[in-house]
Amino acid sequence: MSDADEPLMTLYRLQACPFCERVVRKLEEYELAYHSRFVEPMHSDRNVVKRVSGTRTVPVIVDESTGVTMAESDNIVEYLDTTYGGAN
Amino acid sequence: MDLGFEVVDLPATDHPTEGEQAPDFTRPLVTSDDWGDASLSELAADAPVLLVCYPMDGAFPSTYMWNELRERAFEEYDIQVVGLSISTPYEHMTFIDDRGIEYPLFSDPQNAIAERYDIVNDLNGMAGLSEPRPAVFLVDSELTVRYAWVAGEWPEFPDYDELEQAVSSL
Repeated sequence: MSDADEPLMTLYRLQACPFCERVVRKLEEYELAYHSRFVEPMHSDRNVVKRVSGTRTVPVIVDESTGVTMAESDNIVEYLDTTYGGAN
Repeated sequence: MDLGFEVVDLPATDHPTEGEQAPDFTRPLVTSDDWGDASLSELAADAPVLLVCYPMDGAFPSTYMWNELRERAFEEYDIQVVGLSISTPYEHMTFIDDRGIEYPLFSDPQNAIAERYDIVNDLNGMAGLSEPRPAVFLVDSELTVRYAWVAGEWPEFPDYDELEQAVSSL
């Protein structure tokens, strides 16, 4: 499914998770194209996130344009601000 | 199947047939791990797709269909097997885990894809619910239908031998 038009940003998220929605707002603010991957509510079933990021928490972003994989919404928002925010 | 009485006939349909274009669509595609929007055309760009339309995840025909597909190891051909039902992504994950399904499943609770393919089965005795009829569409990278089968009775199951033949002669 790799395609030149595919977004380089992937967001692992949980439906109705406010921390995830916070990251979504930031991605939209900077008009970043992203692909959503929704995971299970049960923490113990989130193996895909664990494989990708080493943790079972969401949100997690994978930014292929910089090679960054990151968890924790505080960190992600700070990263997005720094990388894609006003200064650029 | 000889039951000694008439089974329910489903009305004639105008579904896409061999040589015609299968309608493209985008819906959440669910695996055991997660789900995300995917389109039929982007899947088909990688390898031919066997789109398996089936009833709600809990219904017995669904279990029969996926057991048969698994036993015949359809994934060993150079194709991608994907399912489509009205069950939600959460139900798909449970179904995938419970039945050991190795294939991703599209989720279309509003049954709009079945409408586009003209394979809607309005469910008697379940007000407001409809689902796809059991149906299989084998499509190539251009979404041209190479094989199609749609249930004409309720219930009815694909001719798996014929389907295997179609898949192996791609």
